[in-house]
Amino acid sequence: MSTRERLTPEPPSWLGIPPFPEAAKAELGKAQQRKNLRHATATIRTKRAIRAAEVDNWEELRTAAAQIKDRVGRHLDHYLVQAEKAMTEAGITVHWARDGDEANRIVGEIAKAKGVDEVVKIKSMVTQETDLNEHLEEIGIAAWETDLAELIVQLGHDLPSHILVPAIHRNRSEEREIFTTEMGRYGTPAPEGLSDEPAELAAAARTHLREKFLRAKMAISGGNFIVAETGTLVIVESEGNGRMCLTLPETLVSVVGIEKILPTVEDLEVFLKLLPRSSTGERMNPYNSFWTGVTPGDGPQDLHVVLLDNGRTNVLADPEGRATLRCIRCSACLNICPVYERVGGHAYGSPYPGPIGAILGPQLRGLDEARDRALPYASTLCGACNEVCPVKIPFTDILVHLRHKVAEYKTSKHPTVEQGLMKGAGWVMSDGRHLALAQRASRTAGLLVKGRWLGPMPIPLAGRWLQARDVEAPPTETFRQWWKKNRGDK
Amino acid sequence: MSAREEVLRRIRRATKDVTEPDPALDVPVDWTYGRALDTPDVLADFVEKVEDYKATVVRVDEAGVGQAIVDALAELGAMSTVLPDGLPSQWDETVVDSGIAVHRDHPELSRAELNVIDAVVTTAAVGMADSGTIALDHGEGQGRRALTLLPDRHICVVRSDQVVSDVPEGIARLAPGIRSRRPVTWVSGGSATSDIELIRVEGVHGPRRLWVILVD
Repeated sequence: MSTRERLTPEPPSWLGIPPFPEAAKAELGKAQQRKNLRHATATIRTKRAIRAAEVDNWEELRTAAAQIKDRVGRHLDHYLVQAEKAMTEAGITVHWARDGDEANRIVGEIAKAKGVDEVVKIKSMVTQETDLNEHLEEIGIAAWETDLAELIVQLGHDLPSHILVPAIHRNRSEEREIFTTEMGRYGTPAPEGLSDEPAELAAAARTHLREKFLRAKMAISGGNFIVAETGTLVIVESEGNGRMCLTLPETLVSVVGIEKILPTVEDLEVFLKLLPRSSTGERMNPYNSFWTGVTPGDGPQDLHVVLLDNGRTNVLADPEGRATLRCIRCSACLNICPVYERVGGHAYGSPYPGPIGAILGPQLRGLDEARDRALPYASTLCGACNEVCPVKIPFTDILVHLRHKVAEYKTSKHPTVEQGLMKGAGWVMSDGRHLALAQRASRTAGLLVKGRWLGPMPIPLAGRWLQARDVEAPPTETFRQWWKKNRGDK
Repeated sequence: MSAREEVLRRIRRATKDVTEPDPALDVPVDWTYGRALDTPDVLADFVEKVEDYKATVVRVDEAGVGQAIVDALAELGAMSTVLPDGLPSQWDETVVDSGIAVHRDHPELSRAELNVIDAVVTTAAVGMADSGTIALDHGEGQGRRALTLLPDRHICVVRSDQVVSDVPEGIARLAPGIRSRRPVTWVSGGSATSDIELIRVEGVHGPRRLWVILVD
């Protein structure tokens, strides 16, 4: 990379974030963030519950959605080929990408061919996943985020911490500060005397971005759905920035994960009832756009779709984890999760936080990195996510399955202290006399620490466990002793 | 091997446990498509739900539409409006006669020109009561997509026979248009964001005000 000045605000890197247990500890210390998160998640999950309860056949809808997505996953080759044919016939250039780098390269080449030095972007999880903005920056193209929350994140040199509300960890005064100091460096500055009223902040964003929309020649989007039979793309949004990107520029490139297919137009009825109620807790979000290729005289005349794998076929290859690909990125699992509510999104070390991040990341990327081996444990297995998921992803089953895979991975790589301990545990459990002996030892320990709670200890394995938890001292009397004393005569 | 072949090969390998070739037989879907809701008064439900997004709804008879549009423009403080092709001539004439500055989209207005026009008046394709959603398929009277996006106020005329109870019936009505590759836009209230402390703010990038004229 050259040493020239950057075109867009420099974000921190996900790679700098340590594995979950360590990152979580740091995030838990941020009192303001915890407060912001508690307020936001409580608000949004209450709204979701109200809107879901309004629909009489909510459970039936969830079942249908899960079935449709399973049908797509199990026959993905069939539907992708069908979608590709329909999109091509409608005038879309279809590209395929094995991984994020390949997708980024394709997008970069289209931009270079068009001779643009900037693009406007609709908030998209998939381009966060591939780190597209940084790739474009490296080849001299400025990528501007146009979703209000993404703008706050981008101008704040920050990382998104939520799928739906990327700036959920920030409050209005922090946002005012970001707008005041940064907007002027990259375009129309924030107005003098900007207050921290949400309406004023939104108006400042409108003015700042309007200039970029009006001159944009190329836009980049993700895609909520692609209808295989017609090749129709669907984008679900609120602010209208999506519509701006989808209709004003001459060129539109949509990067879409291969799992985002729906078989027919009619299948949209299921998902358009489920998605807004599950994500923002609205009956419907303000804007949905559906487009099927090029419409002469209306909107971009040069359309591209990049179909991205980037590990999705790894997820598909595991029948026990496959249901993860049903995800429609609504974020209901984040908003209900007691772990997410306390640590926020950054601790998960990828754009996908919360329960979905805990199962998606390790499956997309594999278990070779410590951060991915840690994620299946970033859960209490309380199961609240199972209950709210509109496509019925069995989160806890998959988390347990992945924990098993992590244990297998570790065993195969380095037989360890953990195995030694398990062997020891096996000996203890195999015979009542062994257990009595072990309990006597724990009683002695209990007498030594006398009811004090225990923090981190330099004990292999337990040490790691205790990093994120405090534990009650062992009891000074074993259950067997208690029984003998109180019920011994029975 | 091309990326296309490689990805398809990976998918086929990943799903080799799937032996039933027919997707519909392999995974049946327990759902009846296109069902209506059992709503006692569909129009009343539509009005209630649209108003819930802080949009304005007025109900008029056929003859009153032109005047209702002029009243809406005045109420919204619009000094100029763009009228797409295909609006009924009586409405068009009433607006022109009212003295407001009227723009036409031929030759095509530039983005900059559209950006400074105060309002747009359109018809619609479908209204969905349960979610308070209006669908445009950008046919006659609805204009290309940019027309209902850049001006700050959108006045939308919906006929009562276009209003259905719920999203599934709406999709059923829109499906032929989608299959013939019409773009479709769904509008549920004005542009809004909840990105700042989850407080709903009306009006970010799309029209800040939506004004619906429901024709009985």
